[in-house]
Amino acid sequence: MKIRLLVLHILWCSSALFAQDYFPENDGVKSKNNNYTAFTNAKIYVTPTQIIDKGTLLIQNGKVKQVAEVVNLPKNTIIIDLNGKSIYPSFIDIYSKFGVEQAKRKLGGGRTAQYESSREGFYWNDHIMPENRAIDTFKYDLKEAEALLNAGFGVVNSHIHDGIVRGTGVLVALNNAGSDANRVLDDASAQYLSFSKSVLKSQAYPTSLMGAMALLRQMYSDAKWYAAGNSDTKDRSLEALNKNKKLTQIFEAKNKGNVLRADKIGDANDIQYAILGGGDEYERVAEIKATNAKLILPINFPEAYDVTNTFEANKIVLKDLRHWNQAPANPKILAENGVTFCLTTYDLKSPAKFKEKLIKAIDYGLSKTTALQALTTVPATILNKTASIGTLKIGRQANFLISSGDIFEKETSIYENWVQGVPHVILDKNLKDIRGEYNLLAGGMTYQMKISGKIKMPKVEIKQDTHKLKSKLNYANNWFNLSFSTDNGERYYIMTALLTKNDENIKGKLLLPNGNETQFTAVKTSSFISTPLKDKEKRVPKLVDITFPNVGFGYTSQPKPETMLFKNATVWTSEDAGILKNTDVLVKNGKIDKIGQNLNSTNIKVIDATGKHLTAGIVDEHTHIAALAINEAGHNSTAEVKMEDVIDNEDINIYRQLAGGVTSAQLLHGSANPIGGQSAILKLKWGASPENMIYDNAPKFIKFALGENVKQSNWQSFSRFPQTRMGVEQVFMNYFQRGKEYDSKKKSGQPYRYDEELEVIAEILNGKRFISCHSYVQSEINMMMKVAEKFNFRVNTFTHILEGYKVADKMKEHGVGAGTFSDWWAYKYEVNDAIPYNAAIMQKQGITVAINSDDAEMARRLNQEAAKTVKYGGMTELEAWKMVTINPAKLLHIDNRVGSIKEGKDADLVLWSNHPLSVYAKAEKTIIEGATYFDITKDKQQREVIKKERAKLIRMMMKEKVEGKETQTPKMAKKRQMTCDSL
Amino acid sequence: MKKITLILLTALLSYSFGWAQQIPAVKQSEAISITGITAHIGDGTKLENCNIVFEDGIITAIGTDVKTKGKIINALGKHVYPGFIAPVKELGLIEVNAVRASNDSDEIGEMIPHVRSIIAYNAESKIVESMRPNGVLLGQITPKGGRISGTSSIVQFDAWNWEDATIKLDDGIHVNWPSSFKRVRRRMADSRSLIPNKDYQKQVTQLCNFIQNSIAYGTGKGQELNPAFAAMQGLFNATKKLYVYADGEKEIIDAVTAAKKANIKDIILVGGYQAHKVTKFLKEHNIPVLVKYTHSLPNLEDDDYDLPYKLPKLLMDAGLLVALQNGEASNFQTRNLPFYAGQVVGQGIDKEKAVQMLTGNTAKILGIDDTYGTLAIGKSATLFISEGDALDMRTNKLTKAFIDGRAISLETHQTELWKRYSKKYEGM
Repeated sequence: MKIRLLVLHILWCSSALFAQDYFPENDGVKSKNNNYTAFTNAKIYVTPTQIIDKGTLLIQNGKVKQVAEVVNLPKNTIIIDLNGKSIYPSFIDIYSKFGVEQAKRKLGGGRTAQYESSREGFYWNDHIMPENRAIDTFKYDLKEAEALLNAGFGVVNSHIHDGIVRGTGVLVALNNAGSDANRVLDDASAQYLSFSKSVLKSQAYPTSLMGAMALLRQMYSDAKWYAAGNSDTKDRSLEALNKNKKLTQIFEAKNKGNVLRADKIGDANDIQYAILGGGDEYERVAEIKATNAKLILPINFPEAYDVTNTFEANKIVLKDLRHWNQAPANPKILAENGVTFCLTTYDLKSPAKFKEKLIKAIDYGLSKTTALQALTTVPATILNKTASIGTLKIGRQANFLISSGDIFEKETSIYENWVQGVPHVILDKNLKDIRGEYNLLAGGMTYQMKISGKIKMPKVEIKQDTHKLKSKLNYANNWFNLSFSTDNGERYYIMTALLTKNDENIKGKLLLPNGNETQFTAVKTSSFISTPLKDKEKRVPKLVDITFPNVGFGYTSQPKPETMLFKNATVWTSEDAGILKNTDVLVKNGKIDKIGQNLNSTNIKVIDATGKHLTAGIVDEHTHIAALAINEAGHNSTAEVKMEDVIDNEDINIYRQLAGGVTSAQLLHGSANPIGGQSAILKLKWGASPENMIYDNAPKFIKFALGENVKQSNWQSFSRFPQTRMGVEQVFMNYFQRGKEYDSKKKSGQPYRYDEELEVIAEILNGKRFISCHSYVQSEINMMMKVAEKFNFRVNTFTHILEGYKVADKMKEHGVGAGTFSDWWAYKYEVNDAIPYNAAIMQKQGITVAINSDDAEMARRLNQEAAKTVKYGGMTELEAWKMVTINPAKLLHIDNRVGSIKEGKDADLVLWSNHPLSVYAKAEKTIIEGATYFDITKDKQQREVIKKERAKLIRMMMKEKVEGKETQTPKMAKKRQMTCDSL
Repeated sequence: MKKITLILLTALLSYSFGWAQQIPAVKQSEAISITGITAHIGDGTKLENCNIVFEDGIITAIGTDVKTKGKIINALGKHVYPGFIAPVKELGLIEVNAVRASNDSDEIGEMIPHVRSIIAYNAESKIVESMRPNGVLLGQITPKGGRISGTSSIVQFDAWNWEDATIKLDDGIHVNWPSSFKRVRRRMADSRSLIPNKDYQKQVTQLCNFIQNSIAYGTGKGQELNPAFAAMQGLFNATKKLYVYADGEKEIIDAVTAAKKANIKDIILVGGYQAHKVTKFLKEHNIPVLVKYTHSLPNLEDDDYDLPYKLPKLLMDAGLLVALQNGEASNFQTRNLPFYAGQVVGQGIDKEKAVQMLTGNTAKILGIDDTYGTLAIGKSATLFISEGDALDMRTNKLTKAFIDGRAISLETHQTELWKRYSKKYEGM
């Protein structure tokens, strides 16, 4: 085998070196090999859709010269007969690490965060490295190339997988006999980006996904500004970025949400990225399709979990069980929905796994044509390289596979992978298939011989009547070496034969136990029949339903608005009307249509609310659920980051809070820095996309913070300004002053550098964005108001505001509202004087007061938290109820839509089993815009559905284990419960 | 430098935490009768429209036809409950969570049963006094952390110092059973996945070895003192109870099986998140449960949203002895104990049974039921009057509270600030 390979290399290497013919030659005389090679009688996939059933492929000097049914062969042609075999274009992987030195995480260091850049003459953020070139560290890796060639790949595109902007890649033909002079097809093939920081750099910013997004936005804007010649200093990063603009831009997203996030950034900058997915895109296929992005899909489908231990199996969440079941259908579902994609070996343990996974995707319904396109024409198109690779059209590189048949079938073997006209032999295509049953005549006896297994490594079984004999077969290069023994290993028979092409039987020399040499013959009685495949239906597990969101308690379809009539309820209006007994409420077109008595409407859903209480949905002024990140802690001001960018619509806490009557919430940035990020104001529409959860024309808010968190008092951090309350004031003064100067420069019409952070600060100064300020002690509360007054605006809301009761008069005068906890204290030094009477005192001073959560658990019982103001401070029940409905709605400037039961307002309603302020009350229905997002009866059914589905999936996984397939260790997925402090 | 900071900090703390405590009430000097009340007995029953009389700190009469004696408190239409009991808490051991200097709850070392909470208990804690206006009058002061955290003691919440506060000294040893799953931490990841803990069996064996060594030590004579083994002896002669913290089905079974094997008499399960799956097993072994508080989130994404709400009911319905605890929550939250019980009522349990989970059952589990936990003749007059239903936030309004018959103050640092600032605005 090795010898054959060597022979082939010698045979072809001269043609491989054609590109260097202007080089001097000192080890012989100059010569050139311009011979042709023809592959005849093959089924040829010129492209995935142009197929020649029996034709000839003619190549010369590493390129396709002709491909057709009939080709006139020049005289100097070597002919290779491929009768019965197939030719495919070799595969292309554009998301490889091949040959490029990868970054390794720096060890140690980083005890105190590094805020400044470590470079000079480059962009201010170390994680932006468009100037990196994969070619600079490229070193052809023969061993890795062989693994890729064996898996069918002929060309790969590789890059440095590190940083947010990663620079250019290198496109390499896997020509093991060539040199970089001909196999490097492009040394700046594409530019690569991601949301992940460089592991080599320690600069703190960005610490979050939303920070990475903001950084990319600012970077693109800076690049334009730089290109227009506005910078006095040199920035080699921006120069490289501008230079790389014309290349294909490839973004590493790695999950469905990030695919959409990346595309959004691209859209804003007129860039269409090709995007590396994560295998879960099927869950949001319509939105993925709408991006128009071409995807690069990994196919590292998860193995089944090892569910043999019940205790462990019970801890695997449904989402993960489902993903095992559904993920292999990802390529099929995307293809059916018209998403164009290519496939990659990315994230696979080894390229050797590729075929198994690919066949799985096909078993799950991916068409073979699409699969071939995804491995040839699509990647070539993404890289704008269709003129040289991806097909076997004339003039393209001679990169192709020779296979025993359909390459997307399990039993098919790839014999050879030719790259640039150079063969890489995987399996000897001339090796005869000797599998079958024989009568073996040896030493005057007849034995039964059965040969099975793989062509390359056949297994043998020899029987004397019914008695199995010990035997050994060695088969290579068509030499057949067999031995067996009888009489318990006393007598050995050793045989050798060279097989001939046209004889089914095997004849050769036999060494008898007595040392005499004679002949043996094996007469073939039947050919090998592989065990027939069970029908595909059986092999492919049935897919369980995809739900919205695709986790436990997700709905099979998104809730729709209904017309409905609540009859005979006790209605808590949160308006001057107070509490209305025996009242009907009609909901129509997502709005509260009518409130009255004896309302009637025909043919609509009537809900008997006798003995029950109907209220407006609870509004939580301060939440951190449904988010992938809370803090961007990399700078002391991060006004540029947006919570809207990192909404997690799959967070089960959304559903749990609906079960507690919450319908709207402000998703706030955390309190890691004095100036935090922009809020997202959400309706908790379980199953909707993040975009559809965000209020239309939502009022703009930003989080500010004071006190121990922004001073970083409670953890080991001593390097960041501010470390004292004194410093906090100066951060604000400085930013507002700069914002003011920026704004006036902008308004004056002078050229200015667009600064997303200062744009946001200017919005505050111009009264277009409101501040929710995290605050504790009276000194800092007063300071914040005074800073605002100096810049002629008002703080909208103090959140937490635990010492608000001490300066309620000043707050009233300033005109600020308050969102506070009912009874939290003693967790930090600055809450030493926090008292549960706070809300009542502030309310009595005329401040709009809300009770909020900042906690995923408390948020699901905000009705009870409101009730505590009755206990502490003696609020009336009406006032208490307003603290979780209309008051927070007012603070968020959404009281025109929600927060009370009033005709014309959004039908965001909760039906309670009992007095809504009572600890005994349960939310029975929670409705948003007329659609029921939580129903206590439906919830009971969902529990049963989950139980059954889990049992089904666990049964399926059990089967995998029993059948000896690979499994993975169970894991118990858990999301972080986030608060202000979550980093 | 360090020392100076420490001194400064200590000075600061003693200044800011040290001045506002209520003065402990004096001994009951005359008989007190509370009349016209609904008495929530604490054993799952109530008495409507009755009177209760106590003398020298002991209840002497309770019932509808009881003659009053001494000072009469007319509480017509109001409710009287036994003082609520907070098990497995670090009250008085931590003042402010984020201030390390004020935290005495977790000593270093894995198996330290000899470490005793009581001597660190700060009877003058501002957090402790804030329990009382909500009806929480007794607590089990419990060390945390490690595998065997130490020894707890039971106190009442109105005393000059820890010695005066003690009602049961060194009552129990607290063991955190190993967990069969452990956390994997990844940088900047939003997921906090757990994977099977490969060392689980090893950790269990270590713990069991320690218990076996303690038993062996106890049978030996005249050897050198081993404080840790010595502290364990109470478990084998039933003078101390074993509080074993476990949540998973498997952990619960393993923990109880191991403790039974070691002949430990009083075994109490603490936490028990999946105890509803093994109620038969717990019943068979007669294991009471100090169940995790209701105002907590489900552990698993797919669990019923109301599993923590209904878990105490599921266990009680299965015939187990159940009381509520909030050991994992911050100290200040412990005043919400009554509302945790109220939450279970919302799940369909009888109100008196919910009260029982804070009083009679808790006392029984902690082993103080001869004196505390129910309103009965001969028991301590540790009780309070509420204007309304004490399990509901709206109506939990205490007018009077008594510990051992002493009329305690219901003022706190917080009510004082409330009054102080109410005055500020009244004056304006």
